[in-house]
Amino acid sequence: MRGEQQRILDAPAVGELALTQLFDFTHTLRRNAFTIGLKESEDAARVLASAVGTRAVTLRAALKALFCARRSDWDKFDNLFDAHWLGRGVRRVVKMTPHARASATATARWPQAPEGPRVQAPGIGELISGSDSGPLQKPGEARGRMEGASRAEHLAETDFRKIADPQAIAEAHALAARLARKMRSRLTRRKRAQRKRARLDMRRTIRRNICHGGVPIDLMWRSRKHKPLRLVLLLDVSGSMSLYTSVFVRFMHGVLDHFREAEAFLFHTRLAHVSAAMREKDVGRALERLTLLAQGAGGGTRIGESLATFNRWHAPTVIHSRTCVLIISDGYDTGPAAALAAEMRRLRRRCRRIVWLNPMLGWEGYQPIAQGMQAALPYLDLFAPAHNLRSLAALEPYLARL
Amino acid sequence: MTMTREQISERLAATGYVADRELPIALQLMELLGRPLLIEGEAGVGKTEVAKALAQLHGSPLIRLQCYEGLDQSTALYEWNYQRQLLAIRAREVAGADADSVERDIFSARFLLERPLLAAIRRDDRPVLLIDEVDRADEEFEAFLLELLSDFQVSIPELGTVTAKSIPRVVLTSNNTRELSDALRRRCLYHYLDYPDAERETRIILARVPGIAHVLAGQIARMLEGVRKEELRKVPGVAETLDWAAALVGLGVKNLHDDRETAHETLRCLLKTQEDRARLTREVTARLFGNVA
Repeated sequence: MRGEQQRILDAPAVGELALTQLFDFTHTLRRNAFTIGLKESEDAARVLASAVGTRAVTLRAALKALFCARRSDWDKFDNLFDAHWLGRGVRRVVKMTPHARASATATARWPQAPEGPRVQAPGIGELISGSDSGPLQKPGEARGRMEGASRAEHLAETDFRKIADPQAIAEAHALAARLARKMRSRLTRRKRAQRKRARLDMRRTIRRNICHGGVPIDLMWRSRKHKPLRLVLLLDVSGSMSLYTSVFVRFMHGVLDHFREAEAFLFHTRLAHVSAAMREKDVGRALERLTLLAQGAGGGTRIGESLATFNRWHAPTVIHSRTCVLIISDGYDTGPAAALAAEMRRLRRRCRRIVWLNPMLGWEGYQPIAQGMQAALPYLDLFAPAHNLRSLAALEPYLARL
Repeated sequence: MTMTREQISERLAATGYVADRELPIALQLMELLGRPLLIEGEAGVGKTEVAKALAQLHGSPLIRLQCYEGLDQSTALYEWNYQRQLLAIRAREVAGADADSVERDIFSARFLLERPLLAAIRRDDRPVLLIDEVDRADEEFEAFLLELLSDFQVSIPELGTVTAKSIPRVVLTSNNTRELSDALRRRCLYHYLDYPDAERETRIILARVPGIAHVLAGQIARMLEGVRKEELRKVPGVAETLDWAAALVGLGVKNLHDDRETAHETLRCLLKTQEDRARLTREVTARLFGNVA
């Protein structure tokens, strides 16, 4: 860090005070999960030395273009800048609500954040979002999250760390690995049948046969680009599911580990994108990160709203033409059933297969009469019971057929 | 050539692009720091237009690379013209030329097919290189792009290294169908294009739709502000606004309130799905018209 300060200070003639302030500012931004390298700091010093740096308004726009790398950065930058350079507010880590974005101008009121730094910013395709009233937290970026540790309003916190039993984890992984292999091998067989009608690739054929003086001896064929099946898991971690959560979280970790392409989400009253946390090879650490993300778990469920969030912000990024969505939930929804149905319809249009695993279905005498479940049923390709690893394993042939 | 922010926004306006407050600064920084500019935003807010306007602003040509899944170097960078090479080989065989000279000849620039990226770095008049929808390209291509954007040189095994004669101004756009790598993001300046507010949208309509009345332009812009707040599957972008404005002008509408029926019927310019059309019923549009005043 000292080296960086030196490099900034070596930059073109600007007052040392301004440069020191700039150096502090890059630190503030890094603490707010911006990715800023040495090159950016140097360039910022150049900006400061140029005509742009003489006025606060232009300097803000310039540094904004330079330091921001994504929508979430863009939304919180103005407040950070004003706080640092114009002395509006004193906090260095911004709390932002979706409404603050509209008024994020030079005259923005400084939100009254409770003590303790945290990072929050909604954004396009960002990792997490939820109801307007609920606080938002951005997972996936370790630096940002480490600061936004636990918070008072989440009384019930499920501790995922307790489920790090090595034996159970090994079993879950074995199942996921088997499943991944099955689903892959099926694709291979399909592909072979297709190859009969392969088309000749003229350009490559000519290129390859230059060594034969242009006489086509080796023929090159066009084949379809192989797109591996992607599995998207949506796991309900609300209170009513608490008995089964541990099983499925382990399964989720296994799936992310073994499938070439997989994404994982948790939902209860909000939706959290947890792939980044769950990809951690070390199960203990993955679960620790998950615990931070899943705050509020064990409470109520809003399936419809969570699915809406998924459709709106995540679906364009994580769903492609060969995606299977696997929802694991008991279907007890506190939101209106019509909303859930509408979101299921939307999801149906996007992806190839939807599977709904319901732990309750294994119970004797259970009928899927929960309103939410009723609403979702018409859009499913497979509706099956699963409440522990064994029942999940029993599903293997069905899942592999998708 | 350094221009101030005011000069840039004036000259952008002269090309028909009405910029928000921060874009001119970002363009100014492109000049100062020589970094590419990454523009993100919803579909139809005018990301591609920025590159076009920038090319006009500097009076330089625009070279466009449209990204798609499976885009590779042979379609983005260069390719040898195999058919011509083969013809040339046959012709030389008949003439009895020696092998060395044939080889030198067929791997010369004459047989090279330039693709957009190579074309951009071989020009000497600083073109604007637009890499459109970079999120659609594969990750491997993104890595290759990163290398190109930092060195501005390409090595072609048969020809040697081609170094840029002038550093092109690079604009990348992304629709966020895939998360771009941090490395690429960090390398670029960033600008987020939002839907314009009513005031800016009015100016855009006035600049882009010839012969439109000031009153109507203002009404359309405020109407759009209302429409975007409705829960639609496809929120109409600026391009749709301009379509609608052009349609209204074409039908001879001078004031939305005089001819609400036509206005409602032509709303199909804005709404691209059945679901959205069903949502904006007559009652809803009547309410929206009421707010326009």
